Amino acid sequence: MRKFFTEARLLLVAIPVFLWTMIPLYHLMLFAISPKDTAFKGKLWPDDPTLRNFELVLQQKHYYLNNFWHQMWNSLVIALAVGFITLFVATAAAFAISRLRVRGGRLIMNLALLTYFVPAAFLALPMYKAMAVYGLLNTQWALIFAMVAIATPYAIWVLKQAGDKLPIELDEAAIIDGATAPQLFRFIFLPLMAPSMVAVGTYALLLAWNEYLYAFLLLSRDVDTTLAVALGAFLSADDSPWELLMTAGLIYALPPAAIYYAFRRYMAADLTSGSVKS
Amino acid sequence: MSQAASADLSAFPAAAAAAGRMSSWQNWGTLLVLPYLAVFFVFVLYPVGYGLWLGNDLQSYRELFADDIFWRSVVNTIIFLGVGVNLKLAIALLLSGFFAVPRWWIRLLGLLFILPWAVPSIPTILSFRFMLNPEWGVINQVYYNLTFLDGPNWLNNPTLGLSLSIVVHIWKSLPFWTLILLAGRLAISKEMYEAAAIDGASALQRFRFITWPSMRQLYLTCTILSMFFTLGDFNSVYLLTGGGPADLTHVLATLGIRYIRLDQVDLAMASIICALPLMAPLMVFMMRRLSK
Repeated sequence: MRKFFTEARLLLVAIPVFLWTMIPLYHLMLFAISPKDTAFKGKLWPDDPTLRNFELVLQQKHYYLNNFWHQMWNSLVIALAVGFITLFVATAAAFAISRLRVRGGRLIMNLALLTYFVPAAFLALPMYKAMAVYGLLNTQWALIFAMVAIATPYAIWVLKQAGDKLPIELDEAAIIDGATAPQLFRFIFLPLMAPSMVAVGTYALLLAWNEYLYAFLLLSRDVDTTLAVALGAFLSADDSPWELLMTAGLIYALPPAAIYYAFRRYMAADLTSGSVKS
Repeated sequence: MSQAASADLSAFPAAAAAAGRMSSWQNWGTLLVLPYLAVFFVFVLYPVGYGLWLGNDLQSYRELFADDIFWRSVVNTIIFLGVGVNLKLAIALLLSGFFAVPRWWIRLLGLLFILPWAVPSIPTILSFRFMLNPEWGVINQVYYNLTFLDGPNWLNNPTLGLSLSIVVHIWKSLPFWTLILLAGRLAISKEMYEAAAIDGASALQRFRFITWPSMRQLYLTCTILSMFFTLGDFNSVYLLTGGGPADLTHVLATLGIRYIRLDQVDLAMASIICALPLMAPLMVFMMRRLSK
């Protein structure tokens, strides 16, 4: 009987949590599979579900979606570039600070942390003005570098925390065997840090794929922008085809969800362990 | 002096070799931090410096302080932070206790629960926005079916609009903080709870005397970090209300875009710079805390 009450109490929490999480997502999906104009009826399941909206979106059959595939491709290229550049920059810095104990490493770490604390929306306008000075505005490099600048501080911090946990005896043994810095990196640091690197790369990739504000500020031509900006453009129109917007949005939301689940093991362990420290 | 040092080292060939390698290590170290330093100087320091320079005209502050919308945004930001951060973390703390219970179906629910955080803001916030549409939105449909009355025009009321932005913000970021606090909770030794159970401690006492003391520091870290992130949350306000109606739901994160739209770049910079004196002490405090 007591066991029954425990389970009942847990369910009492679980049901609201489930509804709170799923209602907006379910609503999104409901729109995507409903024929035009019937999604508004407030039904739990459409009378005649259809994949027609997906067909329209994937075949770009609406002038809002003329560049759908192109923008999807842009989102992908930019996210991958940000993921790899962030990983390269952050791994090199974390190795130098954590294992080589480079002079000034502590200062660099503090600069990175301070950058991490700057609210992204506050940095957006200065970044926009600076990109104009560099002549990068309306090129995809502007968005790539901006997102790298935002993603690297946290990436370095996580990798440095993970690097500090590797036993120093490994390095000492390697030194006695006459290992050079690149060998230390190649044979000790890289293999042991691989899981954290997967976590950090995924973090940067998702950050870039999901970004709206920077993409919308730094890119303006339809053929350059990412899917996020294209979806945002629906907002300004009164005659927006909402069911297509929701369908395109659902397609846009699927890859990050899939990537998250694929790398969840690494994400949960590494991205949270850093914060738990203090 | 240096001779003595080198003489000392020559007595220990391995140490001498290591010292030589140490300096080569320093060279490698310098080389390897260069990419980050380049990113930092070109894409963080220069933009920030340029922004400060653009915002150093006193006239733009006079104009800014004369703008009612600016003061409204400051108040909105304080409400957004005060309610958003505390409510979110209090719920996250409670839910972390729920997700720590070992049940297969709670683990399954945890997988779904993370979705709002993993997927992009734009589709989900637009989904919220459409649910709230006064004529066709599902919320007012249900409201009408239950009461035969027309529901409120949710986003056309500044108080409701800002409150709903906070709800959307919490919906989006709650999973992340729950996960962090869950990790903190799972790090507490089980033996303490077992000992407490033997002493006949109630659930409330276990929380009061074991869980909370172990998690207090983490909770404070999360609160301040979350303040920074919440301060920079552009999407939850801009995509839901667009700052409307009549610019009454803007927060500092979206105010800059409003001034850009009005072609007042210096006001946009000034509005951001105004937040710095408030943030700087917290940023230094957090830096000390996390760089240990």
